[in-house]
Amino acid sequence: MAELNVNIGNLQMKNPVMTASGTFGYGIEYADFMDISRLGGIIVKGTTIQPREGNLYPRMAETPSGMLNAVGLQNKGADYFTEHIYPQIKDIDTNMIVNVSGSSVETYVECAEKIAELDKIPAIELNISCPNVKQGGMAFGVTTCGASEVVKAVRKVYPKTLIVKLSPNVTDITEIARAVEAEGADSVSLINTMLGMAINAEKRKPVLSTITGGLSGPCVKPVALRMVWQTYKAVKIPIIGLGGLSNWKDAVEFLLAGATAIQIGTYNFVDPTVGIKVIEGLEDYCNRHGFSSVRELTGALDI
Amino acid sequence: MKKFLLDLKVTENCHLHKNYCLLKLTSDHILPEMLPGQFVQVRVDHSPTTFLRRPISIHYVDRTANELWLLVQLVGDGTRRMAEYKPGDVVNVMLPLGNGFSIPEENKGQKLLLIGGGVGTAPMLYLGAVLKKAGYTPTFLLGARSKEDVLQLDLFEQFGEVYVTTEDGSLGEKGYVTNHSILKEVHFDQIYTCGPKPMMMAVAKYANAESIACEVSLENTMACGIGACLCCVEKTKDEHHVCVCTEGPVFNIEELTWLN
Repeated sequence: MAELNVNIGNLQMKNPVMTASGTFGYGIEYADFMDISRLGGIIVKGTTIQPREGNLYPRMAETPSGMLNAVGLQNKGADYFTEHIYPQIKDIDTNMIVNVSGSSVETYVECAEKIAELDKIPAIELNISCPNVKQGGMAFGVTTCGASEVVKAVRKVYPKTLIVKLSPNVTDITEIARAVEAEGADSVSLINTMLGMAINAEKRKPVLSTITGGLSGPCVKPVALRMVWQTYKAVKIPIIGLGGLSNWKDAVEFLLAGATAIQIGTYNFVDPTVGIKVIEGLEDYCNRHGFSSVRELTGALDI
Repeated sequence: MKKFLLDLKVTENCHLHKNYCLLKLTSDHILPEMLPGQFVQVRVDHSPTTFLRRPISIHYVDRTANELWLLVQLVGDGTRRMAEYKPGDVVNVMLPLGNGFSIPEENKGQKLLLIGGGVGTAPMLYLGAVLKKAGYTPTFLLGARSKEDVLQLDLFEQFGEVYVTTEDGSLGEKGYVTNHSILKEVHFDQIYTCGPKPMMMAVAKYANAESIACEVSLENTMACGIGACLCCVEKTKDEHHVCVCTEGPVFNIEELTWLN
């Protein structure tokens, strides 16, 4: 039987399958449908130091093979998370990782410091790529200077595994990946959503309250795969691939392109148990192809 | 309430109207408990444009036949595919989701009015059935554009008196539900409503003006249906965004900002 365990920095994972932030709540929302502790990791909803109400409704538009969202980081803030949510999730037997966001370097740092105090949160995913907030978010993730500045500051206060989530809405994602690697990020996860737009022709109005939003789902997979491949050739730190994964075959493709682990996002809405199916499919794939460990797949693209 | 992901089998799919089908689903196991006002998320495969599950309110639960009934309005490609389901087809359904209407606990003499408009009549059938079983005598007020859009009157009549308004006057009283004469003749203690938002807002304003308790069932666009994605939010009086899928879809109008 093939080994499925992988490491991301000091983070040990029983398998490379995680669920993406904003698509899996705090994990517990899905507990009726599956044993969520079988996942390699769960990245919980984006958290900011202050509570945020997010953007106005409507926040979602369905698109062919995907969807646009403009949630805008609605969350009850780091204190609420610590007091009310953390106690409910800390004993789930998998890596519970918090996606940390901010509107300035200071607020990123403050939030990361707060989450660092929580023993059972072994890593954070720094969100410098949310396209749905006016300040901060993607503003930091689209320039090497912005990305370096925030990662450098957070690295100083956050000693555990630091994953940085990258935006695809850039000219060259490898420049940003190199910049955050240089500042001490343990891993990069990519891609966040792609900036898109939907229009209601009959009403001649935008569908989303924010006019533009983030595109996700199977329609973005080829772009994500390409960016993982480019980034794999550019950095030495492990890559977590995401963007449109919906089955084990997609997961194999991301690993071959250079990812060490993967996240499943939007497809959780279609099949809440997809993560378990991907774990089983990956194991079966390794066994069928004679790989003794899933780790052998990373970057094993035959060119 | 525990939620389930079930493969249900189609027993019947009746085309009630060019824009509506009545889909009946069963299971080899006893269907879980479901409350009136709750909804299900139906997975639709092989559609070029429909990616997400379709949220559909629970129309009726037939415990004798172990059937779940869904009244589906054919809006886009996903619901049109649902209209093509044949007996024996298997459909993946997530259920039961959200919170139902509140059932009064005492005073069986209370006058309860169930107002449905368009596909919003769907949850009113099951609500009427449950209220009748609990000892109440519900009154239905169903609104539609025209006579042909008034569906399944005979089913509603099993559980209470039924009044109808149509916009063109082809059945019942002409006009909107809020103009129906029954509202002047009877003082109701509680109103439940589901339908197009302008209709529900008019009902909510009427109920508020008459000091009648009122619950509305919302159908905000949603993705996950279980409170994970935060797409389907509605603003509450205390200025917070809450998920319609988990905090609703049924809300007391006192909780919302509609009356401001």
